Amino acid sequence: MAFIRLDPLPCESSAELFFEDRPMRFAQGDTVAGALLAAGIDTFRQTPVTGAERGPWCLMGVCFECLVSIDGVENQRACMTPARPGMQVRRQTGSRHDAAAAGGDA
Amino acid sequence: MTSPADLVVIGGGLIGSALAWGAARAGADCLLLDEGDIAHRASRGNFGLVWLQGKGIDHPDYMHWSIRAGRRWPELARILGEETGIDVGWRGGGLHFCCSEAEREQRRALIARTRAAGGDIRIELLDRDALRQLVPGIGPEVAGASLSNLDGEVSPLFTLRALQQGFRAHGGRLLVNFTASRIGHDPRRGFVVQDAARREVLGRRLVIAAGLGANDLARQIGLEPRLMPERGQIVVTDRVAPFLHHPASAIRQTREGTVLLGSTHEDAGFSTGTDVDAISRLCRIGTRLFPALRNARLVRAWGALRIMSPDGLPIYDEASDFPGGFLVTCHSGVTLASLHALELGPALAQGHLGPAPQSLRSNRVGLHPA
Repeated sequence: MAFIRLDPLPCESSAELFFEDRPMRFAQGDTVAGALLAAGIDTFRQTPVTGAERGPWCLMGVCFECLVSIDGVENQRACMTPARPGMQVRRQTGSRHDAAAAGGDA
Repeated sequence: MTSPADLVVIGGGLIGSALAWGAARAGADCLLLDEGDIAHRASRGNFGLVWLQGKGIDHPDYMHWSIRAGRRWPELARILGEETGIDVGWRGGGLHFCCSEAEREQRRALIARTRAAGGDIRIELLDRDALRQLVPGIGPEVAGASLSNLDGEVSPLFTLRALQQGFRAHGGRLLVNFTASRIGHDPRRGFVVQDAARREVLGRRLVIAAGLGANDLARQIGLEPRLMPERGQIVVTDRVAPFLHHPASAIRQTREGTVLLGSTHEDAGFSTGTDVDAISRLCRIGTRLFPALRNARLVRAWGALRIMSPDGLPIYDEASDFPGGFLVTCHSGVTLASLHALELGPALAQGHLGPAPQSLRSNRVGLHPA
């Protein structure tokens, strides 16, 4: 599914975050989920149990489908997090390891 | 008029469902009454431990009964899986963490008393290094743990579902949204159970397994269990990569990765609410055991009500004035489910309490404080 901004990114906007190391421009006020969807990304994570691909669903913080890793902190809801310049965003693959004792199982 | 069932079970929680499954599996025509979601539903707020260490330390019959339940749990899990395709997730190797040398000494004493009472269970005391081999990532304050193979965990929700599904597969009838309020008996029809709208069900024999609802029902057949609610709160985190492969007395991690921390013991009447003090206390216990959990997100907390008799022990009794009328209640519906399902349910269908200890009848001293 393609998401198109109703108001195109202003030319003067130079704010960037990084998704999987790729720079990505966003508008002031975007959430991380909004910025990624507008950039054509719809797979945000892979589920811990089956590895199925998932992306944002409710966009209001309750479904936990849009989980990503932000600046090294895993399981962050992209829809509830305002985009900030320089953020390092990564797909959440499987369950979070940063809260597991000794890193948990691979 | 419908003909009486062999056995009517009042209460569709873990106790009633286990008894009904056992009775139906033994060939009895069994009717299971469930109040519906207005009930307190202790079975659905449960932490999910099959816990034996320390149980009945002052009451050996209860200790042996619990240990016997622990021994038969893997068999129940296997049978439920074969019958229903539902894996209830039994896993053994239960740990009780100790956060000081003093606590470790207390565990040592508990193990000695269990052995002295002839408890058929092997409990080992692990020091910190041995524990770290088993469970890496414990916090610096953790001094060790006691470990037993019989202590285990299951998913209480899958267990309940499997028992009810298996019960129906054995020909049992489940009647939901039926709030039993009156119990009568007449020689021709047997036990007559009515709800407030005077709908009736009939049974040659009857078991009350109605949790906190049992007081008013048991009184009608001459029994006084004096049950009281005790609240336990549980905290739940988001899914974390598997790090804890053992059930433990204050923390467990489900197969899906969710971590449960619990639980409290509170007198809060019939309130199933939560409060910030209890939640933060549980979180502190969890992060003391496993500091990495500080990163985990708290996604839910809930309160549920244990069903406590005055002396904390189960009650297995038959009404002396109404033979064939039984009461079964306990606060360990998960732990004891294997015996309720495999031994007690079939016995009740035959009209007796089977192997349930005599000392757990309701005429014992502990239920009638002076």
